[in-house]
Amino acid sequence: METIVEKSLEEQFEAKIANEIRIEPKDWMPEQYRKTLIRQISQHAHSEIVGMLPEGNWITRAPSLKRKAILLSKVQDEAGHGLYLYSAAETLGASRDQMIADLHSGKAKYSSIFNYPTLSWADIGAIGWLVDGAAIMNQVPLCRTSYGPYARAMVRVCKEESFHQRQGFEIMMTLCNGAPAQKKMAQEAFNRWWWPTLMMFGPKDDESPNTEQSMRWKIKRFTNDELRQRFVDMMVPQAEFLGLTVPDPDLKWNEAKNGYDFGEVNWEEFWNVVKGNGPCNKDRIQTRVKAHEEGAWVREAALAHAQKRSQREAANQAK
Amino acid sequence: MSQQKEWPLWEVFIRSKQGLDHKHVGSLHAADAEMAIQNARDVYTRRMEGVSIWVVESKHIHASNPDEAEAFFDPANDKVYRHPTFYEVPAEIKNM
Amino acid sequence: MELAHTTNTAAQNYSPELRELLFQYTLQLADTSLILGHRLSEWCGHGPILEQDLAMANISLDLLGETRSLYQYAAELEGQGRTEDDLAYLREAVEYRNPLLVEQPNGDFADTILRQFLFDGFHYLLLKKLQNCSDQRLAAIATKSFKEASYHLKWSSEWVIRLGDGTEESKRRIEKALDRLWRYSGELFQMTPVEQELHKAGFLPDYAQLKQQWDEHVAKVFAEATLEVPQNVFMQLGGKTGMHTEHLGYLLAELQYLQRAYPGLEW
Repeated sequence: METIVEKSLEEQFEAKIANEIRIEPKDWMPEQYRKTLIRQISQHAHSEIVGMLPEGNWITRAPSLKRKAILLSKVQDEAGHGLYLYSAAETLGASRDQMIADLHSGKAKYSSIFNYPTLSWADIGAIGWLVDGAAIMNQVPLCRTSYGPYARAMVRVCKEESFHQRQGFEIMMTLCNGAPAQKKMAQEAFNRWWWPTLMMFGPKDDESPNTEQSMRWKIKRFTNDELRQRFVDMMVPQAEFLGLTVPDPDLKWNEAKNGYDFGEVNWEEFWNVVKGNGPCNKDRIQTRVKAHEEGAWVREAALAHAQKRSQREAANQAK
Repeated sequence: MSQQKEWPLWEVFIRSKQGLDHKHVGSLHAADAEMAIQNARDVYTRRMEGVSIWVVESKHIHASNPDEAEAFFDPANDKVYRHPTFYEVPAEIKNM
Repeated sequence: MELAHTTNTAAQNYSPELRELLFQYTLQLADTSLILGHRLSEWCGHGPILEQDLAMANISLDLLGETRSLYQYAAELEGQGRTEDDLAYLREAVEYRNPLLVEQPNGDFADTILRQFLFDGFHYLLLKKLQNCSDQRLAAIATKSFKEASYHLKWSSEWVIRLGDGTEESKRRIEKALDRLWRYSGELFQMTPVEQELHKAGFLPDYAQLKQQWDEHVAKVFAEATLEVPQNVFMQLGGKTGMHTEHLGYLLAELQYLQRAYPGLEW
């Protein structure tokens, strides 16, 4: 009896997916769908939060008051985006505390790109231009992802992020049109961030275990390699416009496929960073753990006060 | 340190401009209602998205059961006479 | 470099002496907002909970916005072709005119909250009056910032209450913050010669009156927070006349690093 009910629920679910009807929090869903979503959404949220650190690193050193305000509002937006995403995951029954605990214990992953250091001001330009550019390619299709709360959070995220890439490009443009020392700074940052950015799209399709099911459930809309190709095709002309050299000797226009051929990503480096051996993995997590632990007494105090207050109000009403 | 307890979850509703309904925009954590309203202001209205905020602790929301969606909502399907287009108005009558 | 132009017709009629006084005072206000905004921005990514990380960044952004309007006006009053960034990035610690309170390090969340609370009360009361300042530009800037400061004061007052009347630990921490920071609160209301002159000329309110209202607000919030208002504390002065604590130098070294390392470039 139960298995028949289960089966018809699954059929209904599959029919919704096929008909592009969004799945909402209380709808029946396969356990694996729920798990995949919690994993992906929380990973996405963690990336926003950890992603605040490399850029936050330069807020206090931004070279003008205007840049300082822009950078602070951008990093603040990332906190907001992390929050929207944690909220979306919470509709699936995950608690934020648990998700954060998983991040801190290393059980949950976040985007490896944030395990690279920001060494000069040009890195802030490069992150906005390249990393946010890549993030947007990943994120725009997610506005149509099959799970309602996730899709709605992504609509908000994408709307707010539209200025992020532009401010990065503007920083790069200012540097590239500036003094030789600035141009050099820009090229060096470009060299450092190009390859890690290509890694952001994830492993090659034939080595990406989750892609197939996620595509079927319309959680994911394009494969890793498709997005990576699109990104390269979009960015190369922009780099040329800036007068920057793409650090890839194998980069070549391919008329037949109407796109660029490009060199092989260093997958050994990619897997190493994923495993925790990137230049900043330890620092990033330590920083997050420290903030969370040092904030514990604040969170407790606010709860304790709220309880005292509501008890007092209840006592007053009883009088 | 004592067992950590999470701040409660709140649902946030925002009126984007005078004359419109409050609309659900998302959720957040806060220790009390006052803080929930302020957090909602800081989180969800950074780009002038609102003129009024409602918050309600998520545990107080009661929702209809999606399993009963057919029983709940399909019966409204055949009440076409509830809609103005059901009725024929002679062409001579210009406004009704 | 582009020559600063003045859009304030009233300012053109000022005597050179008055202009200089207003320049000095506007600079003092700008320095104050910048340094506090900078300190708050150091929290970004490190707050006790995501929601409060966003709240502190919002306050910091408000202060940075106010900073820019004030520096721009100061540059116009000075009329030497300096820009807002020249004023922020190319002055030494001894030239900065912010009160000592705002340059104090963030410490823990209780220190940050208390620093904010002590300042917000003053900021709120001052801006409330400055909205009617006979200098139109200062009045306009104050009108915009007053709305922001009203929110800041509400936010920091509530947090003082939560921490004071929260747990034993939070009480201990906010009392420690009080012990550390209260001695910098008196300077906010101590008029410098510049402020006295401007008060005489009718541009600034009587700070003694502000102090009275400030005391009332502090007493009210502390009562709710179950905190004692400290008595007979020796007040540290000097920031507003350039005698700073050692903390400011390090803050400026960080803030000004790129402009100092690569002089004269656009960013």
